[in-house]
Amino acid sequence: MSAPARKLRVATTSLAGCFGCHMSFLDIDEHLFELVELIEFDRSPLTDIKEVGPCDIGLIEGGVCNAENVHVLRAFRRNCKTLIALGACAVNGGLPAQRNHLPLSECLREVYQFRPGIANGQIPNDPELPLPLDKVRPIHEVVRIDYFLPGCPPSGPAIWKFLTDLIAGRTPRLTGGLLHYD
Amino acid sequence: MSKQFLLDGQPVPFEDGQSILEAARKAGHYIPSLCWHKDFPAHGSCKLCIVKAAGRHVSACATPAKEGWEVESNTPEMNGERRGLLQMLFVEGNHFCPSCEKSGNCELQALGYEYEMLTSRFRHFYPDRPVDASHPDVLLDFNRCIFCELCVRASRDVDGKSVFALTGRGINKHLVVNAESGRLADTDFSKDDLAAHICPVGVILHKGPGFAVPIGERTYDTASIRSQKLKEEES
Repeated sequence: MSAPARKLRVATTSLAGCFGCHMSFLDIDEHLFELVELIEFDRSPLTDIKEVGPCDIGLIEGGVCNAENVHVLRAFRRNCKTLIALGACAVNGGLPAQRNHLPLSECLREVYQFRPGIANGQIPNDPELPLPLDKVRPIHEVVRIDYFLPGCPPSGPAIWKFLTDLIAGRTPRLTGGLLHYD
Repeated sequence: MSKQFLLDGQPVPFEDGQSILEAARKAGHYIPSLCWHKDFPAHGSCKLCIVKAAGRHVSACATPAKEGWEVESNTPEMNGERRGLLQMLFVEGNHFCPSCEKSGNCELQALGYEYEMLTSRFRHFYPDRPVDASHPDVLLDFNRCIFCELCVRASRDVDGKSVFALTGRGINKHLVVNAESGRLADTDFSKDDLAAHICPVGVILHKGPGFAVPIGERTYDTASIRSQKLKEEES
């Protein structure tokens, strides 16, 4: 693939995710060398830049479980021309969303007050802590999402196929067994 | 000469009374389905077999084939509608594939792959459906039920036990167990019943096998549901 005139700027983040999708991103292995010829990173755990700036592509791992996730997600939407849901949790809430049938207060009490071995436990109430939402939501229920890349995590080859399609200006398509929900 | 209709331009022979879906599958053409089973009368609830016959949308499983009909099935329009139906099925229940033992063997998931469903698109319901782990051999995870009634029909018509039923209407419809307590352990359900082996999704799970066949090596990990179902039809 010939390099575009200007490197595309890419931001990534993990909201209510486990960073597994970011690990899978690194699983593209030697393709990383090709990738850095085509893109440069903005905000990402790989750069440690804290605020997202104007970008071509934003990759969001994880669903939305607290107020900070909502702010970060909206900042990504404002700044990224193309926003992508990366992995099962961003696509449908995933594992964190399995608390959704339980009242939030019950979850917090169970963990911080009633867990065996805890004495005088209290639910944390520091103003620095983002407030949890009553339900974990997939990111498309909060902002408009351009593309979805499911999988837990999506495999390295799936991420590579997706990104190369996108960078080349094709509609990304997961064919040949690359599409998986698990 | 036998009667025939055209499916996506291909002639498909049929006998009187045969549905579009039956005739198509027998002739080696794939029309998708979730609630249809060759040993039971058509149910017509999942609507995945939707086709356009003589210009009208019909369920291929419940519509008898007619001489000379032109039927559209594998077209961008029909497949787009199937994707929409799948998306509605996915948001209606709690379908978390990564934590489901049926993943890779699940027909709902396999159809998601077949029709390239990348997102469930709509707002998720996240319904509250507690599991029933009371039975020694079988676990019921109602979160994944798509109301195809295959277990209801198998238990009633073949096993002669009527262990399952659907109750409630519309958005409140759900699968129940026919026992005073509502628990599977309090019925005469057995792991050898047909009903224990007919669930197309991950509701009726056998305890024990778990992940004996690892993710990645399962039925629909290695072959598309299209080729798998046509192979089953041949054998």
